[in-house]
Amino acid sequence: MATAITIDPMRPQPYSVREITKETPDTFTLQLEPESAADRSWFEPGQFSMLWTFGVGELPISISGDPALHHRLIYTVRSVGQATHALVNQRLGDSVGVRGPFGTGWPVGAAKGRDVILVAGGIGLAPLRPVIYQVLQNRNDYGRLVILYGGRSPRDLLYRKELAAWARNRETQVLVTVDYGGLSWRGHVGVVTTLFKYSRLQPAHSVAMVCGPEIMMRFVTRELETQGLSRDDIYLSMERNMKCAVGFCGHCQYGPHFICKDGPVFRYQQIRNLLEKYEL
Amino acid sequence: MAQRSERIFGADQLGKLIGALAQKGYEVVGPTVPDGAIVYGHVESVEDLPAGWTDEQEAGRYRLKRREDQALFGYAVGPQSWKKYTHPAEVRLWAAERQGGVFRILNNEAAPKRPHAFLGVRACELAAIAVQDRVLLEDKYRDPIYEQRRRGAFIIAVQCTQAAATCFCASMGTGPQVSGGFDLVLTELLDSKGHRFLATAGSDRGAEMLTELESVPATQEDHQEAVASVETAANQQVRSLNTTGIKELLYQNFEHPRWDNVASRCLTCANCTMVCPTCFCTSVEDVTDITGDHAERWRRWDSCFTQSFSYIHGGSVRTSAKARYRQWMTHKLASWIDQFGSSGCVGCGRCITWCPVGIDITEEVRAIREGGGNGNP
Amino acid sequence: METLEHIIAEHPFFAGLDGGFTALMVNCASNVRFKPGTYILKEGDPANTFYLIREGKVAVEVLAPQHKPIIVSTLSVGEILGWSWLLPPFQWKFHARAVDDVRAIALDGKCLRTKCEENHDLGYEVLKRFAQIMERRLEATRLQLLDVYAVR
Repeated sequence: MATAITIDPMRPQPYSVREITKETPDTFTLQLEPESAADRSWFEPGQFSMLWTFGVGELPISISGDPALHHRLIYTVRSVGQATHALVNQRLGDSVGVRGPFGTGWPVGAAKGRDVILVAGGIGLAPLRPVIYQVLQNRNDYGRLVILYGGRSPRDLLYRKELAAWARNRETQVLVTVDYGGLSWRGHVGVVTTLFKYSRLQPAHSVAMVCGPEIMMRFVTRELETQGLSRDDIYLSMERNMKCAVGFCGHCQYGPHFICKDGPVFRYQQIRNLLEKYEL
Repeated sequence: MAQRSERIFGADQLGKLIGALAQKGYEVVGPTVPDGAIVYGHVESVEDLPAGWTDEQEAGRYRLKRREDQALFGYAVGPQSWKKYTHPAEVRLWAAERQGGVFRILNNEAAPKRPHAFLGVRACELAAIAVQDRVLLEDKYRDPIYEQRRRGAFIIAVQCTQAAATCFCASMGTGPQVSGGFDLVLTELLDSKGHRFLATAGSDRGAEMLTELESVPATQEDHQEAVASVETAANQQVRSLNTTGIKELLYQNFEHPRWDNVASRCLTCANCTMVCPTCFCTSVEDVTDITGDHAERWRRWDSCFTQSFSYIHGGSVRTSAKARYRQWMTHKLASWIDQFGSSGCVGCGRCITWCPVGIDITEEVRAIREGGGNGNP
Repeated sequence: METLEHIIAEHPFFAGLDGGFTALMVNCASNVRFKPGTYILKEGDPANTFYLIREGKVAVEVLAPQHKPIIVSTLSVGEILGWSWLLPPFQWKFHARAVDDVRAIALDGKCLRTKCEENHDLGYEVLKRFAQIMERRLEATRLQLLDVYAVR
């Protein structure tokens, strides 16, 4: 798939902020359009962009929009520090610098003809949403779709309306759980691994994609293995410090892998030995 | 490559070579001795070179000593490497202007005025340039800054005729013999027959440059003398790094107690990464002026030894000195092979010399190898 | 329409149990229903029955002063609710409330623990199975404690 052509990969393209939606108290979804109307934005599910706010800084953010739509790039950003705060506080019409898309994508091709299991934790649902769009828009190309989503508490859940809509598709199961419920929450309470027993999996026939905090991904992949999936059929999205996203600054190294170009999506078999190494 | 002939020219011709390069538009840089160390700087004439100086190097130690002769290249390598020019410590990537909420990137990149001529590039340094070429030009993306500075550079290599105690290029297979990647290569000969250079061109423009000098064909004797002096440099090396199975050795010894041992000595001062000719890590810095409407993005050297290098929301992944030293050494000697197809180390020995506490990478490898090699103490 | 015997025999928890033991379980079992909001068991009450959930969701919760009840976990189809009947002091430590319409099989824990005392082979089999449930719940609870989605 063609990527945005930049002669210098370190030079951002100005994009205009078209919409900002509040998802949760600290998380916002931004919709950006290239300032030159002729530009089209392409990406593969799982890839990320480097988003630059004028004079503040640049961050790697996963693209969480529909890969079939090329006129906008959509990002869900959690405000946790100075740079993310600046990003989510842009006004409509402001410019944001975009570089990318970078990185390896989710195996949407390899998953064709098979069941797709998506396990998301917290903001991890955002990088997986493009996969959901792709599968649902090409429903006949895939088997069952199982979405397991764990959040901190009910008010921290992303895309709640969409989750309900996705669940209404044929051969699609959506299960949601929170670590901390409340009296008005009538859903599951417990970590996302507790949802496996409620899902009907065909392990030999499935491809799993996992995204969330590293601890959560470690336990989920262990559970997926217990369920009978092969290590070559489980994919994770890893994260490390990033400055350049083009393999030159050296910050994102994870063992021998550069997360910006060898990842962020990895097969479990590739990084299994690295996941258990402390301070790698 | 066509066999080019070896020529001999007198040491007095070296100044002519420098002048000819400057005339052709090159900024000549080479070894100079401003202050107790041999560093790379502007070379306008032969007088700028460290005539009659040599270096004494050991782990954590560097001293200059006077020679008995007036050799111009009678030393090993100093704290700097040619990445000072090809991969500068600080460079502006671009500038941008903002009006209202909209910005645009300005097309006013600052490029170097003249290409460089590197005078006095050693075999280990040629190997290091090749290593950085692989990283910055031959992988998924190309670094335009490195490309411009590197491709434009005229390289005059110099054969080492002596080794410092911290040199181990022979064991790394990167020297002391210069084998390729140069425009001109010189071997300094200083004996009863006079002070002269044996020169061979390695490219068309190198050959052309040679024609500007008064030279005669080298004799068989000159050739033997040159070969012998390089052999001397090889034989003088007292350190070596055993690279047999080194990738598996380091990958499998993630928890070796030697890491705790080196961590108790390492100051995480990052000297090694600064002097290392292949270390390439950088960081970016976004700055604005006081109006807030003019922004610049700068790139500067960074080091995996810093606390913040591995920082992601909430904390750093590698907080301990142990983790950071292990990362550097494992990357340099092992992961680099998976990433780029060769070792990242060229055996120049700078990290050993310039470590304030004298940590010796060859010794650390030996300790891990001999200490069980299976992670057993 | 599945019989109690069939459900119990097919349930993974009882897999591998001697036929005689399974028959024993069936004798001590009955179908039960709970309307949404009903407390199935309460903290402090004597623990003599445990449940195999067939339909619906149950919230395990803690009632604390000045607080709404805090749900620590939910259990649903196929899961076993309650293990305090097996070990002294045979008292429930938490509340368990039906979140929606719950259908379950109630099993006579008092009867079963007496049988376990008499027949240690049976006791070992039962304890082994409950130990596995507890281990998984403990692991999940520890993960919950980590609060991995919080901002550091």
